Amino acid sequence: MIANYGYKDGSGEYFIILDTDKCDGCELCVKACPEHVLFMGEDIGDPLRDVPVVLVTEEHRKKLRYSCASCKPSKEVKNLPCVVACPHGALRHSW
Amino acid sequence: MAKEYWRWTEYRWTSPDVKLNGQQYITCGIDVGSVSTQAVIMLDGKLFAYSSMRTGSSSPESSQKALTWALEGTGLAQKDVQYIVGTGYGRVNMPFAHKTVTEIACHGRGANFIYGPTVKTVLDMGGQDCKAIRIDEKGAVKNFLMNDKCAAGTGRGMEVFADLVCVPIEEVGQLSLTVEKEPPPVSNTCVIFAKSEASALLEEGWEVNKVLAAYCSAMAHRVVSLLQRVGVEKEFAITGGISKNPGVVKRIERELGLEALHPNIDAQIAGAIGAALFGKAFLAKGGK
Amino acid sequence: MITAGVDIGSKTVKVVIVKDGKILSKVIMPGGRKKDEVADQAFNEALEKANVKREDVLKIVSTGAGKKKALYAKDDISEVGADAKGVLFYFPNVRTVIDVGAEEGRGVKCDATGKVLDFVINEKCGAGAGSFTEAMSRALEVKLEDMGQMSLTSHGAVPMNAQCAVFAESEVISLIHKKIPKEDIIKAVHDAIAARITSMIRTIGVEQDVCMVGGLSLNVGFVKSMKDALGVDLLIPEDPEFIGALGAALAAQG
Repeated sequence: MIANYGYKDGSGEYFIILDTDKCDGCELCVKACPEHVLFMGEDIGDPLRDVPVVLVTEEHRKKLRYSCASCKPSKEVKNLPCVVACPHGALRHSW
Repeated sequence: MAKEYWRWTEYRWTSPDVKLNGQQYITCGIDVGSVSTQAVIMLDGKLFAYSSMRTGSSSPESSQKALTWALEGTGLAQKDVQYIVGTGYGRVNMPFAHKTVTEIACHGRGANFIYGPTVKTVLDMGGQDCKAIRIDEKGAVKNFLMNDKCAAGTGRGMEVFADLVCVPIEEVGQLSLTVEKEPPPVSNTCVIFAKSEASALLEEGWEVNKVLAAYCSAMAHRVVSLLQRVGVEKEFAITGGISKNPGVVKRIERELGLEALHPNIDAQIAGAIGAALFGKAFLAKGGK
Repeated sequence: MITAGVDIGSKTVKVVIVKDGKILSKVIMPGGRKKDEVADQAFNEALEKANVKREDVLKIVSTGAGKKKALYAKDDISEVGADAKGVLFYFPNVRTVIDVGAEEGRGVKCDATGKVLDFVINEKCGAGAGSFTEAMSRALEVKLEDMGQMSLTSHGAVPMNAQCAVFAESEVISLIHKKIPKEDIIKAVHDAIAARITSMIRTIGVEQDVCMVGGLSLNVGFVKSMKDALGVDLLIPEDPEFIGALGAALAAQG
């Protein structure tokens, strides 16, 4: 399942795209993020699933542009710590 | 008291056909949104009764009120409801719920119930958020996106406009469709800026229906871009309060080149239906 | 050499007349609907105050969102350029300028000559600028001018979840229901905007000295929130709303 966390407002579209089918709960991305944007929790799309998956915290969903700003000050910056940390390529940013 | 243009009508319903008859699974789903609360009662997964009312300042009170009202006149008592599932923004504060489930999953299931197994893309436009959900034929979520950061494209945004032009919110959609020629959409997505832009247009002499058309158009456009992020696959359906606004719905259909399925029951209760169905699933799984 | 700068913002129009590096007059007027007419009126008033005739003004440069509305202006410059030039007039060591206006929040990095090295703009979202405090002052039923002082008297920290001015209005109303004191709510509002602006400024880097201008810099509560969020001292010029117009007038000097 693909989960898009973030928002779109007048200034642009800011989403972290997570592929929960690829997530095995290793938590490397959670530990790599300096702002604690990510955490492990119950799969939002499948409440009957028992295995925890990576999620974006509610607090950060609404200000993702600002939360990620320290690692991603501009569109050009790639190779973010969380993306690099994931061995399965489950994470990416939309901007 | 000044007329409150943003206030929509609250309602309840009891099924004329489904009756209490020793069913195995009596479940309830309560969707507490930031603007409205719905309570749905199902017997063995069939719709029995429901209510929809404005969420007050207290979530636990609102959920209880909605449930009590839904049960009214049905002959069913709250203690006989075997499993109550809470969803929506206020689900974390529902002390009498057995379990809470996220609204994404509930809307997926709810849409599948209302529209059938052919629906694959659901757009939920609620009071304070906008959700785009891709589901499979069983209503399980394959891809989703939720935007609750920005008021553009939400019920609250529409309420602000209804208030600005002094048109009851339930009439906004129809009125916006009475324009002869479709005006350009308001250039600002932001509700605050769009409101100033609209005030200026009104002062310039634009008629109310034209201003509403411009706003509904901008709203539809924004929502379509969110949908395109998850990808649109037929059939397409809309749930949530704004599904009752033909001004926005028609413009979304136009932009997508796809007609939305028409529900034969109130699509605003989709989340609560999904929650009640999850209640049945949890009971069947062992009641945990 | 006498030059003039006119800054047509979203809420107000400002005119500054400068002669050989000295400010002769400053005028500010509410923008209203017909910005070109107001720009004219403001200019005439500034001329009167400066005791200067129209023909004596060698060059007029405009800036601001409505810069094209100043029909009498010969040239226009970007708002970020105007900010940099205007600020250096008061504080020659400033290298970072923060301009929070009614509808836009900007961060500008400049060098000692006022040349813009980098900038970031938070636009098109009401939560990143003065429109947020305006919406909150309505929800709280507090005068906009009183918000600054009130937030300084707050002792509590109240989390503000809403990142949108429209949703924040509902959140504020529920906070009032919960009997949270207004001062605490106002401080939360200022802190929220400050957090957003600060994250944005950090993307271009904070280099001292840092100066803040624009309408919101008149709000003492917001200024404190910004200082706390940035962790550095903030220089604020007198009459910070005129920086854009001043910068434009100085740019006209060549």
